[in-house]
Amino acid sequence: MATMNMLQAINNALDIAMAENDSTCIFGEDVGFFGGVFRATSNLQEKYGKERVFNTPLTEQGIAGFANGLAAQGSIPIAEIQFADYIFPAFDQIVNETAKFRYRSGNEFNVGNLVFRTPYGGGIAGGLYHSQSPEAYFSHTPGLKIAVPRNPYQAKGLLLASIRSKDPVVFFEPKKLYRASTGEVPEEDYEIPLGKAEVVKEGADITLLAWGAQFEAIEKAAEMAEKDGISCELIDLRSIVPWDVETVAKSVTKTGRLLINHEAPLTSGFGGEIAATIQEECFLYLESPIARVCGLDTPFPLAHEKEYMPDHLKTYEAIIRSVNF
Amino acid sequence: MTNPNNVTLTDNHTVEFVSGNALAIPTLRILKEDGTLHKGASLPDLDKETALKMYDTMSFIRVLDERMVAAQRQGRISFYMQCLGEEAAVTGSAGALDFEDMIMGQYREHAAIHYRGFTLDQFMNQMFSNEKDLGKGRQMPIHYGSNELNYMTISSPLGTQIPQATGYAYGQKLKGEGKCTICYFGEGAASEGDFHAGLNMAAVHKAPVIFFCRNNGYAISTPADEQFKGDGIATRGVGYGMKTIRVDGADLLAVYAATKEARRIAVEDHEPVLIEAIAYRLGAHSTSDDPSGYRSKEEEEKFRSNDPVERYRLWLVKQGWLNEEEDAKRIEQLRGDILDAVKKAEVIDKPAIDELITDVYEEPTPHLVKQLEDTKQHIKKYPDAYPVTAGRIS
Repeated sequence: MATMNMLQAINNALDIAMAENDSTCIFGEDVGFFGGVFRATSNLQEKYGKERVFNTPLTEQGIAGFANGLAAQGSIPIAEIQFADYIFPAFDQIVNETAKFRYRSGNEFNVGNLVFRTPYGGGIAGGLYHSQSPEAYFSHTPGLKIAVPRNPYQAKGLLLASIRSKDPVVFFEPKKLYRASTGEVPEEDYEIPLGKAEVVKEGADITLLAWGAQFEAIEKAAEMAEKDGISCELIDLRSIVPWDVETVAKSVTKTGRLLINHEAPLTSGFGGEIAATIQEECFLYLESPIARVCGLDTPFPLAHEKEYMPDHLKTYEAIIRSVNF
Repeated sequence: MTNPNNVTLTDNHTVEFVSGNALAIPTLRILKEDGTLHKGASLPDLDKETALKMYDTMSFIRVLDERMVAAQRQGRISFYMQCLGEEAAVTGSAGALDFEDMIMGQYREHAAIHYRGFTLDQFMNQMFSNEKDLGKGRQMPIHYGSNELNYMTISSPLGTQIPQATGYAYGQKLKGEGKCTICYFGEGAASEGDFHAGLNMAAVHKAPVIFFCRNNGYAISTPADEQFKGDGIATRGVGYGMKTIRVDGADLLAVYAATKEARRIAVEDHEPVLIEAIAYRLGAHSTSDDPSGYRSKEEEEKFRSNDPVERYRLWLVKQGWLNEEEDAKRIEQLRGDILDAVKKAEVIDKPAIDELITDVYEEPTPHLVKQLEDTKQHIKKYPDAYPVTAGRIS
């Protein structure tokens, strides 16, 4: 075991993936010699050469299209979109091409071995163009898998599983945690399966659900609530698509309450999907309405970032409301 | 000299702008309309077998188009797009490639997939969305694709295959197997952002890809002069720093010669190439389009007399490689074969309902399995409302 921050864990996963297959390529804006604006790809060009780790021109549409072609050819592309806020020029290539390649061709062709890595989320004073959480846009498109790690251990295991998946994956990295989150990470190869949630802490009164950087908010809120004698069960969803309905439903059946926390705006956020499914699965077990603590329905602000965020205090208040319903 | 701006600096001390039409790109022409060669033109290295195979493809596509437009009018298929006027551009280029090279088309390149061996029945199965369609009945007619034939399945959104071709070709280069990718698109698709993204990345990353623009004069109803300024699409290739050629797209020999050399450049020099083939879309954009609303009969007639298939046929006859009597018989036979194939394909069952959820992911996820099961139960309850699948659910 070694202590790594999230960037080191990601770099380590990429290193393993590059070493195991000569046709694995890493590319994106500034990812070459510079190692990416966050340095997730540091030292990889020196190690694997400019043919396999390279800068692209500033074209997200091009990066995604190129990645689709490379994956269809049988190579393994790991493409970086520098900020998730800039993934929208690539939207058509991802939702109309990546997602539908296998289906539309009747499996004559597929881009299964493709990963888009992209830093998402707030907490870095990034304002409205360096803070977005666009996972819900992609969750609406069949054919894509979506994963979000909350710590270095997960980042490495989920990323390796994503790279080796036979389905294309959009991998959202919480940039707020890139350096802030450190932990023990095995140096050897391991995977965390896609589509499986993690019950991080068991509890009896309410289920709190989050993913990525927001997991910290529900952890802190749970600590506050426990002082009031409320026992919280904490679940990290880890994969948005497919998501682990079974684990969440089992938990809610036990606790009778659910609170979903995410950074993206409330309206049409993935929390709405979870709430709808869980009320269908657990209707007779629910003691209170399913609560959502989310970003506001505004673009992500700069000066009012703290006010916008679905933080632990807003979460704590929602727990109290749910328990006292 | 070059500098960090990646430009060649040549000083000038007066205010002079370079005109947007300053690049005069010539058009390669080899074959005249009467089937003889232009003065000074030399024949590409083309054997009789390949020459006749290309002719067979062009004449097949022409008959297929004529019959399938009629079938669409009769309501037998929902949609069709014909190649009329562009047969030489597509066939001549496809014929110059190796079988192992990847073909990424836009939609009007069915001559290329036929040249590779896509059979009449395979065409029909796709158009009739039956259970033998390689695409499992998921896309509109003409969205062909075959892994075996190295022909990427067509995607409807325009231009999306352009950066994909760059990525595909880059992968081919990495593997070092001496293959390349050809990417077809129309002059209208060259307006999409994907065009810029794909060509720029190909030039920068030296991908062995041949960008083949079918400049056929119209993007549905929008004429080229309302689509772009400047001298055609070819000048942009020069702008991206890649070798570029313009050819007469109705001249199969010119297209063939240009593509042969483009392939050599792509594979041996590891460089992308742009070919602009000047053609005319003699037919409608699709069966949903009516050109009489936006162009004159006179214009169409003028180009009808410049028939790419007829021009090539005359050359073959002059070469002594084609017997006109036998050719006429073959065409007549084809018409009958196509009608028979239509009748055969239209009665084959639709794909099984289970195919509704396969290939979304490598393995159907639990929620997809549940949704399929719910759908089947519903169909069982109301079989009359779902006649295609009701009788086939166990």
